[in-house]
Amino acid sequence: MSKVTYIEFSGKQHTIDVPVGTSVMRGAVDNGVPGIDGDCGGECACATCHVYVDPAWLARTGTRTEMEQSMLSFAAGTEDNSRLCCQIAMSAELDGLIVKLPEGQH
Amino acid sequence: MRADGVVIVGAGHAAGTLAAGLRQGGYTSPIRLIGAEPLPPYQRPPLSKAWLKGEADPAGLLLRPATFYAQHDIDLRLSTRVAGIDRAAACVHLGSGETIPYEHLVLATGSTLRRLAVPGIDSDGIVELRTEADAQALRTRLGPGVRLAVVGGGYIGLEVAATARGLGAEVVVIEREQRLLARVASQTLSAFFADFHRAKGVSLMLAASVTGFATAAGKVTGVMLASGETVSCDVALVGIGALANDALALAAGLVCRDGVVVDEHAVTSDPAIFAIGDCTQRPMPRYGRSVRLESVPNALEQARQVVARLCGKPMPAAEAPWFWSEQYDLRLQIAGLSFDVARTVVRGDPATARFAVFHLDADNRLQALEAVNSPAEFAAARQWVSARQIIDPARAADSALPVKQIIESVPGAA
Repeated sequence: MSKVTYIEFSGKQHTIDVPVGTSVMRGAVDNGVPGIDGDCGGECACATCHVYVDPAWLARTGTRTEMEQSMLSFAAGTEDNSRLCCQIAMSAELDGLIVKLPEGQH
Repeated sequence: MRADGVVIVGAGHAAGTLAAGLRQGGYTSPIRLIGAEPLPPYQRPPLSKAWLKGEADPAGLLLRPATFYAQHDIDLRLSTRVAGIDRAAACVHLGSGETIPYEHLVLATGSTLRRLAVPGIDSDGIVELRTEADAQALRTRLGPGVRLAVVGGGYIGLEVAATARGLGAEVVVIEREQRLLARVASQTLSAFFADFHRAKGVSLMLAASVTGFATAAGKVTGVMLASGETVSCDVALVGIGALANDALALAAGLVCRDGVVVDEHAVTSDPAIFAIGDCTQRPMPRYGRSVRLESVPNALEQARQVVARLCGKPMPAAEAPWFWSEQYDLRLQIAGLSFDVARTVVRGDPATARFAVFHLDADNRLQALEAVNSPAEFAAARQWVSARQIIDPARAADSALPVKQIIESVPGAA
């Protein structure tokens, strides 16, 4: 297990154990964290799992895929540290990851 | 005494999302989720794709972990059928005879596959694909050299054809209409998918009507066509569309018309009863009509409307309908509905398997867009369809122009 801290737009924090190999989106959905929808089930088709990766973790979470880049380019409030978190798989080196959630996913 | 809480009939994608969303939204009254299938709410889209191919983790199919419901005080009753709704008494009757009272009732009963009423349809080896159990039955039959006949060239049929080819099966797709995806896609898209499937070794038989199934010892051996031809097969998948499960609503006297009629916020003709997902006939003000949609985003949008209503939160903004399909390494994404289309414009070259089809009305407003391996066009179109954006056909067709610049210099563009 590796821990992820999800910070809602309101500031409320949720620290969740997410199994290695499981996506950061799935970790939130499985545990009922409000603010991450994951409508398409993790297919990178819907852009409803948008998060802002804490800058300290950005390098370790890798780079956006081309598909993800395209979906994010039209999402509301996209920043340099925006990711679709269905595309971030948990690993031991991401233990402690912090992501912030946008105001909405739709 | 008045009952407290919500009863959700159905435990599919819409229902599961609703139950979880209610708890996330702070709903504290009882939630009872009643499903006919033995599984907790799960995702159906992978059943014809990664899951059928054996690439997906079985637990990953579930919308939420099986333990989620008890943890969040959601009373999940599986393998349970609802026999009727008593609106006067505000309760539902279960098949077992038990009665469950409700304050609010939500019908999330989904759809049922259309049956092909021809001789031999009940033979062994003829399968359909709606549930996880259906997918299990199909998966155990597919493999290298197996001859699969797909009856119906719609999304389910084509997705299964693609997956089956990946598993080494020989595949024939039999479609009654002149083209694949005849009801749901443009000519350009139909022709593209036909070419692509043929190139992958799928045989297509268009304008071919099925008259029955040939059998031996109760097992299917072929599909008989009106032309007199018989297509030999070991397995036949029938995917010819679905019908709304609105029988409970009809019996309860709710207004139904090809689905349970709801308003823009998923309320039926009884203000205490909502309906969400495939079973609904919903208004679509963007197109000035009412529609019945079979799609996950539609189900989730309506689930969120009910969450907003029952949790006293602001109603979410209306979204343009959207759809997706995956076949081979192709990703198809569709935004909008192609009503009132005066012209279509193709951006990119279908021969490269990367293109988009713009559907414009008489004023060049974007009604819908079909995108193959073109996520930027799709993402833009979701916004443009909602905004009734006017598109310059020449700019749309100019694939050298970045997507964001398609709408620049159009008078009145945002």
